[in-house]
Amino acid sequence: MKKLGSMLLAGPYIIWMVLFTIIPLCLILYNAFTNTDGNFTLDNITAITDYVNAKPLFLSLSMSLVVTLTCFLLSFPLALVLSKYSKNKNSIIVMVFILPMWMNFMLRTLAWRLILLNNGFLNKGLGILGFDPVYLMNTKAAVILGTAYDYFPFMLLPIYNALVKIDKDVINAAKDLGATSFVILKRIMLPLSLPGIISGITMVFVPSMSEFVIADMLGGNKVYLIGNVIEQAFNSGYADVHLGSGLSLSLMVLIIISMVIYKLFDKGEGGHGIW
Amino acid sequence: MVKSVKKTAEKAYLVLILLLLYVPIALLIISSFNASERNKAVWGGFTLKAYGELIQDEVVMGALYNTLLLAGGASLIATLLGTLVCIGMINMKKHFKSVIMAVTQIPLLNSDIVTGIALMLLFTRFADLSFATMLIAHVTFIIPYVVLSIYPKVLQINPSTYEAALDLGASHLYAMWKVVIPDIMPGILSGFLLAFTMSLDDFSVTYFTKAPGLNTMSTMINAEYRKGIQTEIYALSTIVFIIVLLVLFIINRRSEKLYKLKQESGVAL
Amino acid sequence: MANKLIELKGITKSFGDKTILDEMDLFMNENRFLTLLGPSGCGKTTTLRIIGGFEMPDSGKVLFEGRDITNTPPNGRPFNTVFQKYALFTHMNIEENIAFGLKIKNKPKSYIKDKVKYALKLVNLDGFEKRMPDSLSGGQQQRIAIARAIVNEPRVLLLDEPLGALDLKLRQDMQYELIRLKNELGITFIYVTHDQEEALTMSDTIVVMNKGYIQQIGTPEDIYNEPQNAFVADFIGDSNIINGIMLEDKLVEILGTKFQCVDEGFGNNTPVDVVVRPEDIVLTKPGKGIIDGRVVSAIFKGVHYEMEVKACGFEWLVHSTVLVEPGTEAGMWIDPFNIQIMNKPESEDEEIFIEE
Repeated sequence: MKKLGSMLLAGPYIIWMVLFTIIPLCLILYNAFTNTDGNFTLDNITAITDYVNAKPLFLSLSMSLVVTLTCFLLSFPLALVLSKYSKNKNSIIVMVFILPMWMNFMLRTLAWRLILLNNGFLNKGLGILGFDPVYLMNTKAAVILGTAYDYFPFMLLPIYNALVKIDKDVINAAKDLGATSFVILKRIMLPLSLPGIISGITMVFVPSMSEFVIADMLGGNKVYLIGNVIEQAFNSGYADVHLGSGLSLSLMVLIIISMVIYKLFDKGEGGHGIW
Repeated sequence: MVKSVKKTAEKAYLVLILLLLYVPIALLIISSFNASERNKAVWGGFTLKAYGELIQDEVVMGALYNTLLLAGGASLIATLLGTLVCIGMINMKKHFKSVIMAVTQIPLLNSDIVTGIALMLLFTRFADLSFATMLIAHVTFIIPYVVLSIYPKVLQINPSTYEAALDLGASHLYAMWKVVIPDIMPGILSGFLLAFTMSLDDFSVTYFTKAPGLNTMSTMINAEYRKGIQTEIYALSTIVFIIVLLVLFIINRRSEKLYKLKQESGVAL
Repeated sequence: MANKLIELKGITKSFGDKTILDEMDLFMNENRFLTLLGPSGCGKTTTLRIIGGFEMPDSGKVLFEGRDITNTPPNGRPFNTVFQKYALFTHMNIEENIAFGLKIKNKPKSYIKDKVKYALKLVNLDGFEKRMPDSLSGGQQQRIAIARAIVNEPRVLLLDEPLGALDLKLRQDMQYELIRLKNELGITFIYVTHDQEEALTMSDTIVVMNKGYIQQIGTPEDIYNEPQNAFVADFIGDSNIINGIMLEDKLVEILGTKFQCVDEGFGNNTPVDVVVRPEDIVLTKPGKGIIDGRVVSAIFKGVHYEMEVKACGFEWLVHSTVLVEPGTEAGMWIDPFNIQIMNKPESEDEEIFIEE
């Protein structure tokens, strides 16, 4: 009776997930391994190694690593300071730093367009200060800046949440045992906030890996990422659902592999099973 | 001495990041009042023209309406399904639970673009793209956030309270409604909010699953930002910012009160 | 005599507009087990945290062997702390936890290994080196917290309600362990608790605190037998606290009856508080005691019966191994030596004069 009840409650969710998560993934799999005639092929999978696809993939990978690192380096100290000032994640001061997250993603990106355009605010400002203009629009730097800006709160929030949870007395105990601020940071704060850091890194790395619209808006067609390649495969005059599916599958597998490697590496560093 | 230097450095860092975060938004807002059409970095005089046009622009207002309807509807459905499955998992066998949680992780680990493409493949195979397909797509990618918000609360439930309710003569349903639901309410609320936010903010999934002619704010901006209605979009950002500010202020006031209450009733120093 | 190890001079501390400690003076001697005892919010934990260096006093000084250490951070003080909720490092195993302080001091590896082993043995947890804190019971975690503190050979061990989260039996066991540890290590323990029984069992000296003021300092026997005011009498053990008038030296009027007592120097016709411990009241046949009353209730408590006797309009609490049935008349006799006279406090916040 009890079991039936819980299955009834879980039923709609399970059906939903099968219909709209598992079956669609199977469709990607099916398309990836077939050609337009419906015959089995590996061409769409091996396509990722073609120079035209491998280059954007490598660019995506390296740029998301830079974005993730930038977000981490900026948000960890911020989270440290915030966790010191406020224990309540709904307090004004914390909210103020998360608020941009609620501005629409496209508006946030558009703002950077305003700044970085060749005759935009940045160069206007530089001009007033007497500096030479910099032409960042349609460069990798612009895309990195925009992406980091967009995903920054997703790094900050989990790290802050993890840091706030650390018992003040644990830090006091370390101090009491003679630890300096640096030792406390390295041996207590960092390892104890690791779950937050991991989820922050995941939440920034995964979406920036498949980004295409920021590259569109800030990179023009100069910055061509794997996301753009896949998008083109579905939405351009040369649409090829099978190739697109194959590339999507490769991207998916790559992301999963990098997360697994990251987790293994992380365990090797002496952290214990978190996630 | 050293302490005050450290404090100043900390404050300076906070201010620096705040500037980085808010200057872009401020520039958007300022641009909406700038009469200069061509280049927003040059001041062409103050105008409210964009706001007047914005209200009358069916494309923009339609997108705004779709966005809110989609976010509201999708997060309601997702919250309902998510809450039910979380309650269902209370009495479930362990391996079954872990299967469900693993499936829940899929849309999270899949990038939005893959989720969008996968759903598009499904929809185009069996039906036409429509508002309904957009709704289904949104529910699908926001539902994990709901489950992951509620599930930890479910784990914290003290089974005795439920049993106590039964012991006092409550039916299973009544006990569930009066005891279990209030217990996990904070998780449900934050799950709903998170789902709503994610849906509002989405571009990729909508982009691949939207019906022609139906736009959300994100896809509308993507289609229009190079064209003439730029200033209207900046005006829209002012309005979005004010709404966000208001909503957060209200949430903050409420939770601040709750927090204070908790503090006061909690352990003394 | 014994030299002052730690001295607090005029310590004041407030949080917001709430004053926690007000001009507190206190000193403690070497190799003592000193307990700060009081209800929650009395300032005992704050006092400990000021000694440990985790809070800065708003004014006043902390001296260690005569040296001002008020501004010395925790890691510069030869003290270690055992925290209320253990505060173990959950991401390190037991060995790493205990070795933490020694590693920071760059002690050689073999030394650390021996020390960890020794500390674990001391707290009866040999062989726990590789376990993780989460896998231990509350009592075991507490022992690890103690081991982690004492391997550093502190001059003073500060303990902040360390047994608060343990169940009764375990708490009693740990009380004996702590006494044993203190004797083996020969260092000063400063212990914070709100549990009067714990304080009476373990301490050499008890400091009773209330509302930021020290109410009384003394040995457990002093505090129990001769409470200096109604607060201490009420907080430590059960007692009858009655309004009285000190008629003259050695004579007090309680509820209209004159009682002999041994106290002097209160002046004549002074209102006072009178404390009588329930076990000091002897029940007699009616008319044979000083006053007569009627037994209202009796509860068996194991060692004794707890009875309420109504006499002269006051319900006296009486402990006796002999049961007198409720409803019966009985006389009550009190040895003059067991009548404790105390000045009425002039105001609620009055600071009690401390005799050195």
